[in-house]
Amino acid sequence: MKHSKRLALGVGAIAAASALVLTGCSTGGSSNGSDTDSGGLTPVKLQLQWFAQAQFAGYYAALDQGYYEDEGLDVEILEGGADIVPQDVLAAGDADYAISWVPKVLGSIEQGANITNVAQIFERSATTQISFTDKNITEPADLAGKNVGSWGYGNEWELFAGMQKDGVGLDDINLVQQAFDMNGFLAGDIDAAQAMTYNEYAQVLETTNPATGELYQPDELNVINWNDVGTAMLQDAIWADAGKLDDEDYADTTVKFIKASIKGWVYAKDNPEEAAAIVTASGSTLGESHQLWMTNEVNKLIWPSTNGVGLIDEDAWVRTVAIALGTQNETGATIITTEPPETAYSNEYVQKALDELKEDGVDTSGDDFEPIEVALNEGGN
Amino acid sequence: MTTGSSWWRRIGFGLLGVALLAGVWELYTFLGPAEGVVVGGVTVLPRTTDLAMPHIWVMFERLFEPVTSAAGSPPMWSAVLQASAFTLGVAGVGWLVAVVVGMLLALLMQRFRSAEQAVLPWIILSQTVPLIAIAPLVRRWGSALEIGEFSWENWMSVALIASYLAFFPISIGALRGLESPDTNHVELLHSYAAGWWRTLLRLRLPASVPYLLPALRLAAASAVIGTVVAEVSIGLRGGLGRMVVEFAAAAGGDPGKPWAPIFGAVLVGLLAAGLVSLIGLTLRRFRRAEVPA
Repeated sequence: MKHSKRLALGVGAIAAASALVLTGCSTGGSSNGSDTDSGGLTPVKLQLQWFAQAQFAGYYAALDQGYYEDEGLDVEILEGGADIVPQDVLAAGDADYAISWVPKVLGSIEQGANITNVAQIFERSATTQISFTDKNITEPADLAGKNVGSWGYGNEWELFAGMQKDGVGLDDINLVQQAFDMNGFLAGDIDAAQAMTYNEYAQVLETTNPATGELYQPDELNVINWNDVGTAMLQDAIWADAGKLDDEDYADTTVKFIKASIKGWVYAKDNPEEAAAIVTASGSTLGESHQLWMTNEVNKLIWPSTNGVGLIDEDAWVRTVAIALGTQNETGATIITTEPPETAYSNEYVQKALDELKEDGVDTSGDDFEPIEVALNEGGN
Repeated sequence: MTTGSSWWRRIGFGLLGVALLAGVWELYTFLGPAEGVVVGGVTVLPRTTDLAMPHIWVMFERLFEPVTSAAGSPPMWSAVLQASAFTLGVAGVGWLVAVVVGMLLALLMQRFRSAEQAVLPWIILSQTVPLIAIAPLVRRWGSALEIGEFSWENWMSVALIASYLAFFPISIGALRGLESPDTNHVELLHSYAAGWWRTLLRLRLPASVPYLLPALRLAAASAVIGTVVAEVSIGLRGGLGRMVVEFAAAAGGDPGKPWAPIFGAVLVGLLAAGLVSLIGLTLRRFRRAEVPA
């Protein structure tokens, strides 16, 4: 009898403890809304799609240079990870804004994520398919019969659309899963590898060519650029919670956030070396020349800006949606099956931000932009 | 069994094993075909190029160079040690949570047969859920958690995921151990009018030690693996997992670099196993034949 009494006590204690934890959960969830703290600044969380790297230089520069603070925002940048889906984090309310690619988010929106593209930061696509010149792959039609690399997970659609445009079916190529590194390409297992201009392309140029003893040179590579093929899709954009945009405070914060972010990108345009150093100081372990290369290449995706940074170009949006609707992957699926809702993008907030910046005398088109020359070192160091 | 000379012998054999591995590695890169051995389109043995299998000395030299060429960049070995310490710490927390949860579950299942029938299938089922599916969920739930001054940090999500992997061998091993005493021993204590508690303390727990120790060691390994994978999964900064992914980008131009965090992971695994062995030393009184988990 005695032990059963003790046991009942123990079970009761466990039940009490778990109840305590559970109440802690429920109260914790509702405590941090849009209330202000830390000296009247509005706390804002930005979810990135990957680790800190110069792809996000503008946001880190805006944070470092105090542009967010000038707008009354206390911005916390949340880094991504292999399994972190920024639009899901945003839709779940764990971040106020997220950086993600349009095609990746279109699928999430169709699945029910209620989020809005409020600023299209990257005007151009950085995805390319690269190959050594001896493979003679200069256009999508040449991919037929080749080992074609792709990372998958939503990175494959521009490639598939480009092939579809040239009449190359997925049965005509051997699709190879590509890893984080370019070793498969360098070893010759992949004839044409997916490469971002700001990252993997540079990784190849940082590698010694065993035949020459020197680093690989750009003239040893053929690059299929999806911007030229006409199947480029919109990439890094700032996404906001569509349900909260009706709230005046959040809408106001959105304009301020976009404004300060654009200022950060202007800083990265004018000071690529400093911007690269800021990103490295923020915890990126990429090599110094690689980081600077990435900053410079990302600048090229933004500047010069046709309509002003962040303004969503109707034609580019329509093209992205059309590809998302009409391109099939290896299982026959498309990204989306119906047109996205009207809430999928809005130029309202970025237009306000651009107007305010113009008033402040900030150049938001960057017509005078000149990319710098970056010399890559071995291993990106 | 653990006299001074035998310790030296064990260390010597350990070092010999490492040297042997390095020798085999170098021998294969020297003798093996550059394009590897391919049988019927499937690569059976890897390529021996400097990219695929860098020389041991390249990897070691890299440890003594700075991480990046940026000013003030620490040498690689110190960055790796720091990341290893971080990962070991997180894995340790995960392991401790796993020990507590695993032991409680085992006690519950031992005490109530119906609990064993109800809980055991779930414990086994829990291990079939892929880690990459729960990692973002745990982070999301965690970030909503805030109790007074306490707020959930990302490293706690990683520790929790590590414990999720590690509690399994402990609960199973401990249950087997707790149920290992012979019926006549249990009945003897029963005849002494010893209750469940006393039977547990005097008989079941001591008897479970030979089962528990291998389970603890297995759990330590699981916790380390879980920590590294979860770090990659949710992008936690500071540990080895993140380092593995970030350094992979340099695999082409700087082949030694991606190996540095792998050495770190080996070190963490050895340390974790070593720490569990220390627990084994303190429980030596109860160790008879150890039973593999």
